[in-house]
Amino acid sequence: MTDLTSLTLAEARHRLKSRAISSVEITKAHLEAIERSGGLNTFVEVTADKALQMAEASDARLAAKEAGPLEGLPIGVKDLYATEGIHTQACSHILDGFKPRYESTVTANLWRNGAVMLGKLNMDEFAMGSSNETSYYGPVASPWLPPNWSRDRGRAATLTSDKRGLLTPGGSSGGSSSAVAARLCLAATASDTGGSIRQPAAFTGIVGVKPTYGRCSRYGMVAFASSLDQAGPLARTVRDAAIMLRSMAGPDPKDSTCSPTPVPDYEAAVGRSVRGMKIGVPKEYRLEGMSSEIDALWARGAEWLRAAGASVIDVTLPHTPFALPAYYIVAPAEASSNLARYDGVRYGLREPSADITELYEKTRGKGFGPEVRRRLMIGTYVLSAGYYDAYYVRAQKIRTLIKRDFERVFADGVDAILTPATPSAAFGIGEKVSDNPVEMYLNDVFTVTVNMAGLPGLVAPAGLSRDGLPLGLQLIGRPFDEETLFALGETIEQSAGRMTLPEPWWA
Amino acid sequence: MATERASAKLIKGATGDWEVIVGLEVHAQVTSRSKLFSAASTAFGGEPNSHVSLVDAAMPGMLPVINRECVAQAVRTGLGLKAQINRRSTFDRKNYFYPDLPQGYQISQYKSPIVGEGEIQVELTPDHSIKVGIERLHLEQDAGKSLHDQSPTMSFVDLNRSGVALMEIVSKPDMRSADEAKAYVSKLRTLLRYIGSSDGDMEKGNLRADVNVSVRRPGEALGTRCEIKNVNSIRFIGQAIETEARRQIALVEDGGAVEQETRLFDPARGETRSLRSKEEAHDYRYFPDPDLLPLELDAAFIDALAADLPELPDAKRARFIADYGLSPYDSSILVAERETADFFEDAVNHGGAKRDAKAVANWLMGDISAQANAHGVAVVDAGMSAASLASLVDLIGEGVISGKIAKDLLVRLFADDRGADPRALVEAHGLRQVTDMGAIESAVDAVIAANPDKAEQAKTKPGMLGWFVGQVMKSTGGKANPQAVSDALKKRLGL
Repeated sequence: MTDLTSLTLAEARHRLKSRAISSVEITKAHLEAIERSGGLNTFVEVTADKALQMAEASDARLAAKEAGPLEGLPIGVKDLYATEGIHTQACSHILDGFKPRYESTVTANLWRNGAVMLGKLNMDEFAMGSSNETSYYGPVASPWLPPNWSRDRGRAATLTSDKRGLLTPGGSSGGSSSAVAARLCLAATASDTGGSIRQPAAFTGIVGVKPTYGRCSRYGMVAFASSLDQAGPLARTVRDAAIMLRSMAGPDPKDSTCSPTPVPDYEAAVGRSVRGMKIGVPKEYRLEGMSSEIDALWARGAEWLRAAGASVIDVTLPHTPFALPAYYIVAPAEASSNLARYDGVRYGLREPSADITELYEKTRGKGFGPEVRRRLMIGTYVLSAGYYDAYYVRAQKIRTLIKRDFERVFADGVDAILTPATPSAAFGIGEKVSDNPVEMYLNDVFTVTVNMAGLPGLVAPAGLSRDGLPLGLQLIGRPFDEETLFALGETIEQSAGRMTLPEPWWA
Repeated sequence: MATERASAKLIKGATGDWEVIVGLEVHAQVTSRSKLFSAASTAFGGEPNSHVSLVDAAMPGMLPVINRECVAQAVRTGLGLKAQINRRSTFDRKNYFYPDLPQGYQISQYKSPIVGEGEIQVELTPDHSIKVGIERLHLEQDAGKSLHDQSPTMSFVDLNRSGVALMEIVSKPDMRSADEAKAYVSKLRTLLRYIGSSDGDMEKGNLRADVNVSVRRPGEALGTRCEIKNVNSIRFIGQAIETEARRQIALVEDGGAVEQETRLFDPARGETRSLRSKEEAHDYRYFPDPDLLPLELDAAFIDALAADLPELPDAKRARFIADYGLSPYDSSILVAERETADFFEDAVNHGGAKRDAKAVANWLMGDISAQANAHGVAVVDAGMSAASLASLVDLIGEGVISGKIAKDLLVRLFADDRGADPRALVEAHGLRQVTDMGAIESAVDAVIAANPDKAEQAKTKPGMLGWFVGQVMKSTGGKANPQAVSDALKKRLGL
C-alpha cells in the first residue's frame, strides 16, 4: 500500500487541487491495492481501464481549473447501482450478465462531480443480509483480523472460498465497508434498507450515513424495499461522508419519492459547534442481555457530547420493540413485488424450459439464493388474501406509531438521538448462518427504526471492543437535518480519536 | 322525458319470467401522447417493441412517474360523469406473473380511485331514458401483448401497449337487458369522445368491457354473477349478455346453481366458456405502490379542467331541441358524435345566416349520411363541408334547384366534384330550376296533348295529378319547379 491510499478523501482532494498528486497516480495506487486484495473479495468487477480514462480526464480538468467537487477522486460503487455498460447484478445470479444501458442518478451525480469509478463492490444478494454472506459472488472478509489471529492465518483463510473464521464486514454493503476500511477506495456508495450502511460502518470502523428517505434518488438503484431503500456513503471520516453525500443527493424528477429540497453544504456542518444541542438517549435501546461494553460505549458517547456543550436527556420511543418484526413484514412484502420482474423473460438468467410456468420456476429457483427466496416467500405470504390485514396492515400501523414516537421526541426540542449502532462487534463468517435466520435479523435491531421512520442516521466509529474490534455509535436526526448529524458525528470522531485501521495483512 | 326505470324486460324461461342484472367494467384507453408512468409514445401500430421505455420494460431500478395529462383526462371524464373527484387517490400494485406484464404487477388504483360515484343518462328510445350509476373510475396500466403465432416453439412479447394508461369505469349493476347495456356503452363512448379523454376505438381495442351478468326471479334477491372478460364490441356485449343470461336461466331451471366465475365469450360459437372458477381466481396481493406518492389534486386544477370542458351530449341535445326546434330523436342522432353535431350547427349558422335547421338536419341524417355510408366514411370525413351543405339548403330555399336536383348534386359532391361549391356546380352544369312559367306551360301543354285519355280521366280522378307532374318533370330533365308545374297542370286540367 502506498501513502496515497491512506489519504482521506478530503486530503486527496486538497492534494489533487494543489496538483501535488495527479488523479492517475492516486487511481493507479488504488487499482494496485485492489489487485493485491483479492482475498477480501470486495470487488466483483474492477473497471481499471475506465478508471484510468476518467482519471486522465479529471487531470485535464484539474489542469484547466474546471474541477468538480470530487474531481479525480477514486471511489467504489455498490453493485446495486446501475452503471452504464458495466456489471450491475446486485450480486444475484438472476441478473447474470446484466449490463444496463443507463446510469443511476446517484452515480451520474458522482461522475458529473468528477469522481473516478474503480469498479463494482460486493454485497448481499439484492441487499438482503447483514454479513455479506448471501452474495452470489461469495462472502466478503473484513480487513479486521479476528482476535488473536496472525497475519498468516488470516491470509490463509482469505484463500478459502468460504473464508470461514474471518470476520464479516457487515451487510448488505459489506463490499463497500471492507473496501473503504482496507483503503481500496477513498469512499464508496452504499445503500441502507434496514441498516445496510450503518451496521457495516460500525463493523469496520468507518463512517456511514443513511440520509433521510427521499434525500437521494432511487432511480437506477436495484430495488429491495422501495419505501425503505436509501442511498448513502461509506467513508473513513465524517467530513469525507459529508463531501460524498453532498454530491450523491439532490432532487430527481425520475423518482417521485425524491425530495425537491435543495442540498445544503454538508461539509460546512462538519466542525460546527454542538453547544446547546439537546441529545436524546432512548431507554428502549437498552436491550436485555446487551453486552456491558456496548452500554459503556453508549455512556461514553453521551459524555463526549455533554463535554462538547450538548445536553443529554433520557427520552422514550415506546414502540421500538415492534420495529424489527414490523420491518421483516414490510420489507419482504415490497421485495416480493419488486423482484417479480426477474422472470427470465427480458434479461438476466433464463433457464431453458418447456413452458412459461416452468421458465418462471426454474429461472427464479436457480437465480435467487436461499435468503432471497425466504424473504420472497415471507413477503408473498404476508400480502396474501386473509393474511394481509393481520400482517401488512398491522405492520404499517406500527410503522406509523414508530414515526410518531420520533416526531414527539423531536417536537420536545431534541436535536438528535444517540444509540449504539449494533448489539455487538463484528462476528465471524459462517457464525450466524444457522437454521434460525432471526439471529441474523437481530443485527438490525438498532437501525431498522430509522428506516421505518424515514429519518437520517449516521454511524461513526467510537472505540474498540475488549477484543480490539471497532464499535460504532448511531446518531438519528430530524428529517432533512443531516447537518446536525455531521456536526455531532465529528464531535464523536474527535473525542474517540481517529480510528486506526488494520495494516494490510491480506496483501 | 321519462327517466324512471321502465318495467323490466323480462326473459321467459321454461318455468316463468327472469330478470337479468348487468354491470359493466369498461376499460378505455386514455388519449395521451405518452404512457401513464413513462415518456414512451402511445402511438398505435408501431413495429413491435418500438414504443418501449426502460420503465415499460421493467429494467432494474426503473421508477414510475405519473403523467399529468392522464390524470387530467381522468378528472375530465369524472366531471363528465357528474362524479365525485377525489382530491387524494393512491396507486396500488396488482401482482401476478405473465410474460406481457414486465413488472410482475400492474399499477392500478384499488383502494382509493381518482373518481368516485357518478351517473350517466342513457337514452333507450327518443322518449325514454334510464340513469346508470357509476361506481368509480380509476387509472391503471395496460399490459403488453403475447404473440403465440410467430414461431412453433416460442412465444414473443410486444410491449408497445405496456404501460399505456387505461381508465376503468365501473358501473353499478343498473342495467336490466342487453339493449340497456349496449345503449350504456354507446353513451359512455359518446361522452368519452366528446371530452376527448378516449377515442373509444373498439376495433383497436381502445375500449373493451368486462360484463357482469346475473339473473333472478323478479323481486327476488340478486343471483350469483359471472364475469365475462374482455368483450370488444358493442354487438358482442349484447350477444354475450343474452347468451350468458340464457345459460344461467337454463342452469337454474334444471335445478343447478350458478357458480361465481370468470368466463369468455366466443362470438363464433355464440357461447360463453369458463375461464377460471372462484377457487382458481388469482390472489393479486394488492398493496400500495411504494414508488408513487399519493396523488393529490388541488381545487384550482380541477376547477380549470371543469371550466374547459366542452358542451356535453345531454346539454347539446337539450339545446338542439330548444334552440332549433328539432325532435328529441333527431337531436339524439345528431349529438351522438360531436363532429356531426358541430357540422350540423356550422351548416345551420354558416355565414351568419340562420337556416331551416330541420332541413339541414334532414339532409345531414338522410342523403348525406347515406352517401357517406356508401363511401364507407364518416359524414365529417366525406369531403363535404358545412358550407356546402349550407349552400345546398340555400339553393333549395331560393328555388334555384329542386330537392331532386339537390340529390343529384350530392352524388356529384361525393364523387367527381368533391369539394366543389354547389352554387358553382349548378351554374356549370345548367342545373338551375326552370321557373319560367312560359316554358313550364308549354311543357305541360305538350304532356296533356300527348295523353288526351289520361287528361280526361284526371278531371274526375284528381289523384292523377301526381302522374302528370312526374311526366312534366321528366320532360324537363327534373329542372322544372315542381310547385309551378303542379299549379300549371291544375289550371290546364281545370282542377
